[in-house]
Amino acid sequence: MSEHREPAQPGAVQGAGAWRRLARMGSPRLTKANVLVLALAVLLGFAISTQVHQTRASGLESLRQEELVGVLDTVTQEGVRLGTELRTLERTRDRLASGADSEKEAVELARARADTLALLAGTEPATGPGVRLTITDPSGKIGATILLDAIQELRDAGAEVMQVGPVRVVASTYFTDSDGGVSVSGTSIAAPYTILAIGDPDTMASAMGIPGGVSNSVSGAGGELTITPLDRLDITAVHEPAPQRFATPEPVPTASASS
Amino acid sequence: MIPALGLLAGILIGVVLQPDVPIWLQPYLPIAVIAALDAVFGAARAVLDGIFDDKVFVVSFLSNVVVAALIVYLGDQLGVGAQLSTGVIVVLGVRIFSNVAAIRRHLFSA
Repeated sequence: MSEHREPAQPGAVQGAGAWRRLARMGSPRLTKANVLVLALAVLLGFAISTQVHQTRASGLESLRQEELVGVLDTVTQEGVRLGTELRTLERTRDRLASGADSEKEAVELARARADTLALLAGTEPATGPGVRLTITDPSGKIGATILLDAIQELRDAGAEVMQVGPVRVVASTYFTDSDGGVSVSGTSIAAPYTILAIGDPDTMASAMGIPGGVSNSVSGAGGELTITPLDRLDITAVHEPAPQRFATPEPVPTASASS
Repeated sequence: MIPALGLLAGILIGVVLQPDVPIWLQPYLPIAVIAALDAVFGAARAVLDGIFDDKVFVVSFLSNVVVAALIVYLGDQLGVGAQLSTGVIVVLGVRIFSNVAAIRRHLFSA
């Protein structure tokens, strides 16, 4: 913008005169010029507000081709970027899901092992088909040896869980003769002796009856062996394991079992 | 006073009606508005210069609008619509500024 004064026109006015002339031109006069100016001014105002409204509300339809291409490019790049992010997240999700699956599997495996070991160690009650052995001892000749034989025979016949009198049979169970009966792991029991065994009832029953077996030994000692196969047998006695003082498990890279 | 009132009335009408600009008019309306503003400021300057003529004003107003729209239309046909629009805006903006400067000199003697 040049700040130099242009040569004054003949009708030019300055200062207060200029304001007066502006007011005079703007004052209401019913001339053709004023009406036309008014009409054009209204038109201009209408166009301005319309355009402002249009600009505020405009979406893509008012853009030119190049601008639309630019918008399309931006959207495409954004889509590619989001697609990459989506795949990354999907991989993460799959990894987490498979991790959760394998963890669940490991937990189930460990629980199954724990159940098996609990039955072996005698820390949990057990149920299943089995036999009930009742050994009477009217002559008092049946001792720890015959009971131990019976336990061994039952084990050989596939007995999984056994109970002698009120005592659960585990790896450390021992039999000793005591006054008027037998001591099983320190618990004295008296005749008639009851042995509960979970396993295949038929196999165990026939194992008791083989010649020279438990049945013969009991008969030879003057007692009587009664075998009752049962479809369902509950062994409720449990063994309280003593805390291990010396042995600790060797760490192995498999699922650890608690017993 | 009257033109200012007219402008205000037009703005109010537009605000109340909120008309949609037809598609074919959309590229030209902004340029046309700028061109009309240029004509208005030119007219105000002419009043102060004492050379205002209503016929000249009406013709310059309409021709400004039409020529601006024509230039943009031609630019769109030639594939340089955006650049030509920018050029027209720049030229009209410079003219508006110089007219406003002249008006300012008349009204404030500065």
